[in-house]
Formats: sequence, C-alpha cells, structure tokens
Amino acid sequence: MLSYILRRLGYAAIMLVLVSFVSFLIIELPPGDYLTKKLQDLQARGDRSAELRIAEYRVRYGLDKPLMERYWIWASNFIKGDFGESFEFERPVTEILGNRIGFTVLMAVSVIIVQWGIAIPIGVYSATHQYSLGDQVVTTLSFVGLGMPGFLLALLVMFFAMVVLGQEVSGLFSNEFKDAPWTIAKVIDLLKHLWIPALVGSVTGTAGLVRIMRGNLLETLGQPFVEAARARGLTNQKVTWKHAVRVAINPLIVILGSETLPSVVAGNALVATVLNLPTVGPLYVSALQSQDMYLAGTVLVFIVFMTLMGNLLADLVLAALDPRIRLE
Amino acid sequence: MAENNDVQKEQISQAYLALVWWKFKKNKMAVVGGVIVILFYLICGVLAEFVSPYPLSFQSDYLEARPQPLVFKNQEGKFSLIPSVYGLEETVDVELRKRIYVVDKTQIFPLALLPKAAEPYKLLGFIPMNRHLFGVNLKAAPDGYAFLFGTDRLGRDIFSRIIYGGRLSLLIGLLGQIGTFVLGSAMGTISGYYGGVVDILIQRLTEFVGAFPDIPLFMALAAAIPIGWSPIMVYFMLTLIMVFIRWGGLARQVRGLILSLREREYVLAAQSAGASDARLMFRHLLPGTLSHIIVIATLMIPGMILSETALSFLGLGLRPPLTSWGVLLQEVTSVRAIRFAPWLLIPLPFIVLAILAFNMLGDGLRDAMDPYGGR
Repeated sequence: MLSYILRRLGYAAIMLVLVSFVSFLIIELPPGDYLTKKLQDLQARGDRSAELRIAEYRVRYGLDKPLMERYWIWASNFIKGDFGESFEFERPVTEILGNRIGFTVLMAVSVIIVQWGIAIPIGVYSATHQYSLGDQVVTTLSFVGLGMPGFLLALLVMFFAMVVLGQEVSGLFSNEFKDAPWTIAKVIDLLKHLWIPALVGSVTGTAGLVRIMRGNLLETLGQPFVEAARARGLTNQKVTWKHAVRVAINPLIVILGSETLPSVVAGNALVATVLNLPTVGPLYVSALQSQDMYLAGTVLVFIVFMTLMGNLLADLVLAALDPRIRLE
Repeated sequence: MAENNDVQKEQISQAYLALVWWKFKKNKMAVVGGVIVILFYLICGVLAEFVSPYPLSFQSDYLEARPQPLVFKNQEGKFSLIPSVYGLEETVDVELRKRIYVVDKTQIFPLALLPKAAEPYKLLGFIPMNRHLFGVNLKAAPDGYAFLFGTDRLGRDIFSRIIYGGRLSLLIGLLGQIGTFVLGSAMGTISGYYGGVVDILIQRLTEFVGAFPDIPLFMALAAAIPIGWSPIMVYFMLTLIMVFIRWGGLARQVRGLILSLREREYVLAAQSAGASDARLMFRHLLPGTLSHIIVIATLMIPGMILSETALSFLGLGLRPPLTSWGVLLQEVTSVRAIRFAPWLLIPLPFIVLAILAFNMLGDGLRDAMDPYGGR
C-alpha cells in the first residue's frame, strides 16, 4: 500500500514538472509579451520615460534572460511558495490568488453540496421506482441537464432575473457590502447571492450524478446480497439505504476526486465569468487574455496538481471503502 | 408466395448494420435528434445563403432594433394567410438617453416565399442564385425590411447571423471530430498493434495531455494564437488545438478494441497470407472498430461545438469578422446588453437545440450498436 502511494506520488511529481514546463511554454508562446503591450500603451499616452521604465521592469522580472533560465527561476521559486509577480496587478501572484481562493473554495463546496444533495436522493428514487412516471421525468430531465452547458444556463438565468424579475444577480455581494468588513449582515447578503451560481454551476454535474447513481443502484439492487437482506425481513428502506446504496455510491467517489477536486482551484471558469464571481476562474481567463504569464501559469499548474491529487485520493479512498479493490 | 418467402429470408439473415439500423429506428428520441442534426447541417452548412433573408455583409440603419412581430394581415389590415411584419419607428428613450425602436403598427410589410434577392449571390460561394427562401415582398413594400429576431448594434439581422454562425460552429465540430477521428484511431491502432515501446510512448503521451483539464488547456492554447493572424488561420488553428486536446481519449478506446481484435484468427490468417503491418492495421483491424469509433465520435461532437462557443464567447476563440455562435454571444457579455437588447440572446436556444439533438443522436447510436442486447 505504502509503496503504491509512493510510486503514485513520484509519478505525479514527474508529471507536475513536465506540466509546469509545458504550461510555461504555452503561456510564453504568444509573440510579444505583456511588457511590450504596456510599452506601447505608455508611449501612446506620451510617457517619455516609458522605455526606461519598461527596461527596468524587464530586468526586475528577469525577462531579459533566456527561456530555460527563466523557467528555472520560476520553478525553483514556485516550490518555495513564491509564484512570481502578476504584471497586470503589479503584486505577487500569491497575494492575488489568496484574495480569491476563499470564494473559489466556497463556491466549489456549495456546488458539491447542491450536486450531491440533489443527485443522490433523486438517483435512488429513480432506481427504486424504475420505469415509473417519476423515473421517466427524472431520466428526461437529466438528459437535458447533461446537454445544457452551464454558461449558457447562466446567461439565461441572468436574463430571467434581470428582465423578468428585475433583480441583479451579478457577483456575490450587493454593492453596499462589497468592501464592507465581515458582519452577520454581509454573510446573509452573501448567502442571498450564493444560491444562484451554486445552482447554475451544479446543473450539469447533478444530471451526470443522477444518471450514474441510477445505473449503479439498479445494478446493485439485482444482486444476491440485496435479495438475502430482503429475505431476512429487513424493511425496503433499510435494504435500499443501508445495503444497496452503500455499495452503489462507491464509484461516485472517483468523480468526486477527479472532477470535483480540480474545480476547487478554477471552478467553472465559464459560469463564474458570466455571473461575474470573484473566483479564480475569471482571473485565469483575463490573465490569459492579457498574457499575464506568471498568474496564468500558476493557475494552470495548480489545476493540474489538483487533478493528479484528486485521482490519487479517489483511488485510495475507493480502495479503503471497497475491499474488493486491491492496489498494486 | 415466392415473394413472401423472400421477405422472410431477408428478415432472418439481417446483417449487423441492418440490425443496428432497425434498433436505431425504434428509438424515437434518437431519430428526432438525427433529423434535427441533419436539418441543422443542411440549413446552416449548405443552404445558409439561401435560407437567410439577408447576406452576411448586410448592415441596416436600424441599430439594436427589437424583433418585428409576425402578423397574419395584408397591407390593408385584413386577415391574410401570407404573414407580414410590422415596421419600426425610431424614438428616444428619455430615461436611457438612447435611440430605440418601437413597433409601428401603421406600417405593414408583407413577406413572400422565394422573393428576388436585393442582389444576386453565390450559394456556397460558387452556385449563382438570385432568390432567397423568404423575405420582404419588395414589390409590395419597396423600402420594407424584416428582422424576425431583431438586429445587433451594427444593424445586422440576427436571424441571418444565427444561420451563418451555425455554419462555422457546426463545421468546427465536424472538422475537429474528423481530425480527432483520424489521429486518434491511427495512434490507437498503432499503439495496440505494435505494443511494447511504441505502446508505452503513446500511452504516456495520452496520459500527459489528459493530465491537463480540457477547458483550461484549451483556453491557454487558444490565447497563444497571435492576434495578427487571418480569421481563416485562427479557425484552423482552433480546430487543430481541439484535435490535439481530444485525440487521446479516442486513441485509448481504439487501442483497447485493437488489443482484443489482434488475437482473432482472421488476423493470423491474414498475417500468414503475407499481409504487411500497415495492411493488417488499417484494412483488417481498424474497420472492425469503426462502428464503435463512430459512436464515440458522435458523442464528442457537441463538446467540440460547445468549446468553440465558450471560447469565442470569452473572446479567446474566433473573432469578429468571422461569424459563429460564440461570436454572436460575445454581444451579450455585458449586463447592459441583456437588459436593453435581450433579443441578442436568441442564438442561445438554437445552440442548446443543436447540442441536445447531437446528444440524442449519439445516445441512440450507442444503444443501437449493440443490437443483440435486451432493453
């Protein structure tokens, strides 16, 4: 077991080094960099000292050095927890991400709660009442939900809230609370705004979970041990929840690890951009657009890191829960 | 009697594909999905110039005009089976301090089927035509106009733009999928057939690409496309990026199928008959996996279309002189646009419909591919 974990960790480490290098290359790829753009901006504004200032920046960020050396500086600092400096905000990446990571985690956790809270009971109902009217409604809805992309749904929700209900849904806070210190009133305001993005962000995932849960449970319900539990005179409810669901839910853990954990970093960037949430996702998009390379690169590396860790954790938890699975 | 016998014989000796088709036909959802998909490709892909009432370059003087309602009246105001649209009247919204258009019920422009186009055009760029599917009857209303879904801020007809946009969006899904199909099945076949070092290398490569989550990687690569490139180059580059990101998944599935097929006797027979590696792989093994690959590929197309839409929407994908569904949605990135010109959201239901239809088709195909199973 321990050797398995170590091997997987070593594999993940190699992967991360490669990924970080490729991320660095991708982000470096566009011709011209942020500073060239900024120089043009400053010159257009008639700033005479522009060239000097930009040259100074270039040295400060080490942009005058060759590619490999720059990567090396960035990567070695990365391990020490210094992710470089954002050109656009002229502040350390750590600080910028730190400001947003709280809300990102909050969003991700609320999405998980909504997804699982809705999907598991519905999936169980759908499986235990196979081919009933309710099941057919659920199956159809989950099919539509799977095909309904989150960011388009977000646009629709914005439209309904603004045009039909006349309400603002953008962001996580009302204007008066945006920069206010944390108070009970601010928390309530946050909760009032939180549910829409949480709901929109979880639609696709919920639909997927319902379908998997239904399929798994149907399969489990047909197995002999369920029959045996019934024969011993247990109530239907007990058989379903204590025996069948416990087994059927295992594969969902893989999804929790491989899909949900990475979303803690970037979340659903598209939905967050549409709904103007203060999370990491929109930051990543704007960093890519403005070639703010250290910021974008850091986020990309973290997303991959979370994906790798999520997969590993999912495998370990699954092995712990399901004695039939042996890790080698 | 003899005829009857023939029919029976046909039913007994149904080939695999005939069984698949038979099972597919029974699935109503899948058939509907398939029909919608074909219609989309026909209308947007082939007949866009004909079906859309206005050419792509058309700009009217009516900026951000609301959709003109369709009425069944003629110009005298009496009931008529030929629909007409009301005209628009310009007013100033005092509150917004902005020019807006309101429906002017005194002007009625009758529509016509197959009217003469304002200027001749070429279907698909080479078939000269001079009629559109429908449009304002210019004989009855010489200065009439009909914007069924309104216009955008440059005065372009949204209805026409949805159709033209569909052409690029649907095509990128198809082209990207063909690329993925070719690369994925070739790599998968090679990987499964040769095994050993080649297999390990290809597998590690797919794992590496797979370690990046789709959308963030796609965004990063798309952001790297130089701004100065011509729109066509950007289009093909985006398609290539999609292929690059997606081929791994397909390759893994193909590899699995090839691994099991490789052990069959017919392969040994072909081998002893002296077939070359390439012939074995691409004439004997790959065709055996085709039905599977096609299903997987169909299920992947909606994801591709959505990626383009999402990326263009964020401004990282296709950019304006091109018209795609994502580019159309760029217009509604601002809260202001949703509030004051909500008709800019009309492309949305079309995108969702196309995606759903593709999903229905793909699901039906997947079920039908195993015609011997129950359900």
